[in-house]
Amino acid sequence: MSFEALLFYAFGFLALFSALAMVCFVRHVVAGAMSLVVTMVSLAGIYVLLHAELVAVVQILVYAGAIVVLFLFVIMLLDLRDGGLGAPPRGQNLVKGVGVGGTVLIGAWLVASLSGVFAVEPLSAALPDGFGGHRAMGLALYGDKVLLVELSGLVLLAAIVGAVVLAMRGSE
Amino acid sequence: MIVVAKTLFILLAVMLFFAPLLTWIERKQSAVMQDRIGANRADLFGMTFLGLLHPLADLIKLLAKENVVPAEANRFLHALAPILSAVPAVIAFAVIPYGSSYRFGDFEITLVAADIDWGVLYLLAIGSLATYGAVLAGWASRSNWSMLGAIRTTAQMISYEVTMGLSLVGVFMVFGSLRLTDIAAAQDTTFRLFGFLDLLPGLLPAGPGWLDGVRLPAWGLFLQPLAFVLFFTCILAENKRPPFDLPEADSELVAGYFTEYSGMRFGLFYMAEFVEVVVIAGVMTVLFLGGWSIPWLSQQTLIGGVGSLLGVGFATAFCMLLHVACFFAKVAFMIWLQMLIRWSFPRFRYDQLMDLCWKIILPLSLLNVFLTAGGILLAERVGGGG
Amino acid sequence: MSIPVEHVVVLSALLFLVGAVGALVRRNVIVILMCIELMLNAGNLALVAFNRVWSATAEGAALHDGQVFVMMVIAVAAAEVAVGLGILLALVRNRDSLNVDDVSLLRW
Repeated sequence: MSFEALLFYAFGFLALFSALAMVCFVRHVVAGAMSLVVTMVSLAGIYVLLHAELVAVVQILVYAGAIVVLFLFVIMLLDLRDGGLGAPPRGQNLVKGVGVGGTVLIGAWLVASLSGVFAVEPLSAALPDGFGGHRAMGLALYGDKVLLVELSGLVLLAAIVGAVVLAMRGSE
Repeated sequence: MIVVAKTLFILLAVMLFFAPLLTWIERKQSAVMQDRIGANRADLFGMTFLGLLHPLADLIKLLAKENVVPAEANRFLHALAPILSAVPAVIAFAVIPYGSSYRFGDFEITLVAADIDWGVLYLLAIGSLATYGAVLAGWASRSNWSMLGAIRTTAQMISYEVTMGLSLVGVFMVFGSLRLTDIAAAQDTTFRLFGFLDLLPGLLPAGPGWLDGVRLPAWGLFLQPLAFVLFFTCILAENKRPPFDLPEADSELVAGYFTEYSGMRFGLFYMAEFVEVVVIAGVMTVLFLGGWSIPWLSQQTLIGGVGSLLGVGFATAFCMLLHVACFFAKVAFMIWLQMLIRWSFPRFRYDQLMDLCWKIILPLSLLNVFLTAGGILLAERVGGGG
Repeated sequence: MSIPVEHVVVLSALLFLVGAVGALVRRNVIVILMCIELMLNAGNLALVAFNRVWSATAEGAALHDGQVFVMMVIAVAAAEVAVGLGILLALVRNRDSLNVDDVSLLRW
């Protein structure tokens, strides 16, 4: 097994484990948010292995740097001392059982049924230098897809306005 | 082997020399500015060495103190938080070049630990991860002071990260690269200060000849003065030192997010803060003050001039030493500037902090992007110029 | 990287599954929002993996379409979180609860 493959499996295991921890095991939402950060950062590592460097950096900047911090801000603003999770309706063990058991079962089924489906050789085909770097991605984004960039800016603007309206209504 | 040596050099220079020295400089400068005598108590056999023994005394004190963990605290996250805040500060140095590339025969050396293609993005990403140390420290301590500090930290860091990235866009546009070694190398030249007069041919009478001879180093500071001010403000706010020290405001929140820390864990927060001061100085130097470059004396000229007298090998080594010294001199200047700001301005109020970010810096950085784009287009049309 | 693309896709599917199970089983709004983020990330992983395969073929010709798609997903995710957390704050203000079972006014 090459070093890169080893890295992939390590990152993949870390991402899956912390995602499971977030859903099944943690007792406080802050710990859940921290597991989400671990998942995000591991996925960024996998993106680098898949020649998507700019996506990896944006993943860290936006997901780990902004989105999860926003979650933490709201959690702390609400001051959830009791853990904030309350009692799950049908018992904590059911959650854990469904989460872990289901993941293992469906994972095994996926591996069995998917192996060989794509008939694609390992991810080692040659790519041009700088693929996925900021230059190539910049040319791709601001080339014929510039309308998409503009529209996503519009979506973000609408979201800002919506969030401000929602947050300000109560404090008048 | 070379990589290890380069990494060790910058780490030792920063961690063992600059950061401890900074605690002394901070005390001494505040003393001078407040007309006091300042740090002069720690002594060895009756000699105080201008107070230079204080960092050593600090270290011994911090190592010897007990590590108190609040009973209610989340022990794991409480222990993790100081590490999370110290690590980003230290690894940020990986991409900061403290010298150019030098060629000795077949052997070429670039004085940077990791010369990656997206160095500036790396710095921004590291900066955004640095939030977690403070936030977790505040939350894991289960203390009201800490919690308030953590809430302030999240809002402040998130806001200033946005403008920090945006204010740099003009710099990327001018230098055309995200690689810090490229940015530093692009500043190792000069430009005609009055080159923009070429844009108005015939409108002005022919100026006196010396106007053409006035050349400034092509530093970010002179090409992007607005970006310099905006980015410096944002990065100071990211470091959470006065006047942006609302997360740890000691007159309101005891010590903010690290109220419940003691011993060496407190020491880690303390060290992270001072290492960040050096990081900021390094980043500012590379982006805006020409990095390792010597003003009005490019690497080629220097090696050529000295080389014709004393041989190229010696000239290259001489140039390397001069560049490294020049880099650290500029870093020292930026540190001094930060200390000056830290002891000069009172703390912002929270609404002032947010207004400054969203209503002043954000529009100004957008304006800077527009102006830079216009300037670059004009310069391309005329050929040369600004 | 000498691993088959199936492994990346399986990882992506598993992450999506964990997110979906979490969104269905958990009753806390914050956790549900985080699970939605997890599902979006799983989708991103699949997009990046397929882009890696496709752009190395003659037809793909080193295009970045999949990665551009990921950028758009990230932008939309950021917008979604901003609005979602705003709704969450409004919910807490009106119902004083983070449990989605308490929000049943528009049910049926």
